[in-house]
Amino acid sequence: MEETRTQDALLTLEGLTKAYPGVVANDNVSFSILPGEVHALLGENGAGKSTLVKMIYGLVKPDQGTMTLKDAPFQPANPAAARAAGVAMVFQHFSLFDALSVAENISLGMDHPPKPRELTARIRQVSEAYGLPLDPDRIVGELSAGERQRVEIIRCLLQDPKLLIMDEPTSVLTPQEVDILFETLRKLTQEGTAILYISHKLEEIRALCEHATILRLGKVVDTCDPREKSAKELAEMMVGTTLHVPERDASEPGDVVLAMDHVTLYTPSPFGTDLRDVSLEVRAGEVLGVGGVAGNGQDELLAALSGEARLTSGSVLLNGVPIAKLGPNERRALAVLSAPEERLGHSAAPDMSLTENALLTAAVRQRLTKRGFLRWGKTEDYAKRVIKEFDVRTPGPANAARSLSGGNLQKFVIGREVLQKPEVLVVNQPTWGVDASAAADIRQSLLDLAAGGTAVIVISQDLDEILEISDRFTALNEGRLAEPVPTRGLTVEKIGLMIGGMHAPALEDAE
Amino acid sequence: MIRPSLILEKRPSPSRFWATTTPVLAVIATMIAGGIMFWALGKDPIESIRTIFWDPLFHETFGPYSRPQLLVKAAPLILIAIGLSLGFRAGVWNIGAEGQYIMGAICGAAVGLAFYPTENILIFPAMILAGAFGGWAWAMIPGLLKTRFGTNEILVSLMLVYVAEAALASVSQGLLQNPDGMGFPGSRNFRDFPAAYNTELITGTGMHWGVVFAFIAVIFAYVLLTRHMLGFHVRLTGQAPRAARFAGVNPTRLVLFCLGISGALAGMAGMFEVSGPAGQVTIDFNSGYGFTAIIVAFLGRLHPIGILLAGLLMALTYIGGELAQLMLGLPAAAIQMFQGMLMFFLLAMDMLTNYRIRFTLKNA
Repeated sequence: MEETRTQDALLTLEGLTKAYPGVVANDNVSFSILPGEVHALLGENGAGKSTLVKMIYGLVKPDQGTMTLKDAPFQPANPAAARAAGVAMVFQHFSLFDALSVAENISLGMDHPPKPRELTARIRQVSEAYGLPLDPDRIVGELSAGERQRVEIIRCLLQDPKLLIMDEPTSVLTPQEVDILFETLRKLTQEGTAILYISHKLEEIRALCEHATILRLGKVVDTCDPREKSAKELAEMMVGTTLHVPERDASEPGDVVLAMDHVTLYTPSPFGTDLRDVSLEVRAGEVLGVGGVAGNGQDELLAALSGEARLTSGSVLLNGVPIAKLGPNERRALAVLSAPEERLGHSAAPDMSLTENALLTAAVRQRLTKRGFLRWGKTEDYAKRVIKEFDVRTPGPANAARSLSGGNLQKFVIGREVLQKPEVLVVNQPTWGVDASAAADIRQSLLDLAAGGTAVIVISQDLDEILEISDRFTALNEGRLAEPVPTRGLTVEKIGLMIGGMHAPALEDAE
Repeated sequence: MIRPSLILEKRPSPSRFWATTTPVLAVIATMIAGGIMFWALGKDPIESIRTIFWDPLFHETFGPYSRPQLLVKAAPLILIAIGLSLGFRAGVWNIGAEGQYIMGAICGAAVGLAFYPTENILIFPAMILAGAFGGWAWAMIPGLLKTRFGTNEILVSLMLVYVAEAALASVSQGLLQNPDGMGFPGSRNFRDFPAAYNTELITGTGMHWGVVFAFIAVIFAYVLLTRHMLGFHVRLTGQAPRAARFAGVNPTRLVLFCLGISGALAGMAGMFEVSGPAGQVTIDFNSGYGFTAIIVAFLGRLHPIGILLAGLLMALTYIGGELAQLMLGLPAAAIQMFQGMLMFFLLAMDMLTNYRIRFTLKNA
């Protein structure tokens, strides 16, 4: 089958190999992409997906191997060369200037931008043709994440690509926005454009892709037609072992431990989102899931609970006692712990060792200081304990946080809080960019914690994750929190509407 | 065609070996490049380098004179650089140590001179406190402006140097001018005022109270950075400000702490200098130590022990430079170039800590 694929292929990779110090990111990778197909690239974090697409896009040069594009040798020296050959890429993290308009941003990303008026007309034309509503004159800072992604996509489409690479495109979109995106991608493939689609979301891949190449530890381990496989089968191919599905221990939730009462928080950041009149309650032994699309107040909600931000008004109560005026460490002393979304630079210091990173949040509760002096021995022991109990793959606690893969660092960050026996734990995006097996471990540890009586708040954009682990569900939309509803019986469609800003009561009326 | 090429590869984590080796390599590279410069100036490069690095310590005639100078010159550099390094580690860029040094000297000297000619054992300690206060207060200006109004501490602290220099010119011809000085600018000489004189503690070594405080500062900074939570917070703030906030660091307090301590140490250095080696407040008693200390801080990798060694090395180039001016007629600018090269090579070699160079043959 691969042989016939190679004959008609748009892009063929043969024996691509790329090694970095200490790791072979891609080892003899070969496959082909046909014109007009949506080709999924599947693999855990660290499987080598990013390195592979970077080679195709000219960001990284392969050590060995060849690429053929439309029967001609393809060796892009840089992204501009790749674009000239008809390869375009939409990155997971957008590279847009908030202060500029859509048209100006698109113009900046083009190698030969047309005149502003022409460009505006073409943006309108492309956005209509592909069903991507976007006003070229709007300022990017005002756009939602989904709209920002459209800017990136239209920038690519204006260059008439033969191959469009998309890295985790749906991680920031609502289900409705995902539908619009898929519609666009299908239109593109009908015109013969091939799409190389990278995602962790197996259901999406099953819905969209006709062919999948599965990478594990830098090697191609399997290919398949994802439409013929179940999500579980795909995940097993990716992980190589049987996926461990977290088990719910249905226990009666206890008393209200943490409550937010009409909390309003004006963020100092010009592109942050203010929290408006947010009220919630979490009970002992309960997991409250907070859904919502990125940039709707998730970071601010975590900061309000961790003590990093001062409330504008409202109160936060722990067992009925106000704690809103307390800083992060005073809250830690009261067993209110948190793990922010951004691993490198927020929940962990990239260039510091794991021992030092253990000190970062565990100093108070683990008594790692004595009259301000550090107890390095005890700190190292704690770091080792986190590494051991949470199966963090690293040579030892002296290694820098940034040397760990995303999944391993996330296990360390979550483990660091879990082992401190929190009464309340707030996590933001606990499994963002984490491979399937590490994600399962992290979710299980959160469930175990709740089973032990901790009140857990999980802020996540991964709806499947929330449905899987939370008892009650709520969503953030433009800094407002929907009325929490029991997770049981909720469908993805209903959740999508809540995320879109329609609160639960309205939802019931709509039915 | 096969073409040789050099590739820079980022190391997974910074190399400890290169972090300690690069300063040594930088010194060697400076000697080579400096030698070439001296040769271009028509001097014997070997002799020039020897005059700068070897003669101040081991020359039969000059050695006994210049050896004590090593500690005298190194002490203010180390004292100031230790304070600066704490700020630099936290991402607080105090560039105006020279101004804090001057204000410390003025305040310390003023307190001493106010008691002239009383002999009391408490006068000198009071001068130390006043010196530290002067530097601290001068550093609080950029500190408060930064934390209150978000001004840039680099610009404000730097501009305040020129204000301090103007203040120095004013007091040495006004408030602190020697009433018995027959109208010459400059204060009374502290050599004539034993209770306030920063005397040589051990004859022939150059060891004065400033040297003692410099050593204490090195130990203090070392313990702070490696063993204390505050030092951890300083490092954390520099490396990951958001993580520092998450760890409970109050950014305002940390900025004020870093600026305050570097100002106080610079102020003390100024006081020790004016009451000892300089001897009096004059318009130009300050010899740029506040700026050179920035080089010392980076040459020492912002590490207390490194700064101790870097301070001694920088002092050596000062003394050796003077000697080279005297003996070989090298221009003063050439010595400054030489010190600049040291900084240049250090920063350039720094790359080796984070990157490795790979030499490969490739098909072009």
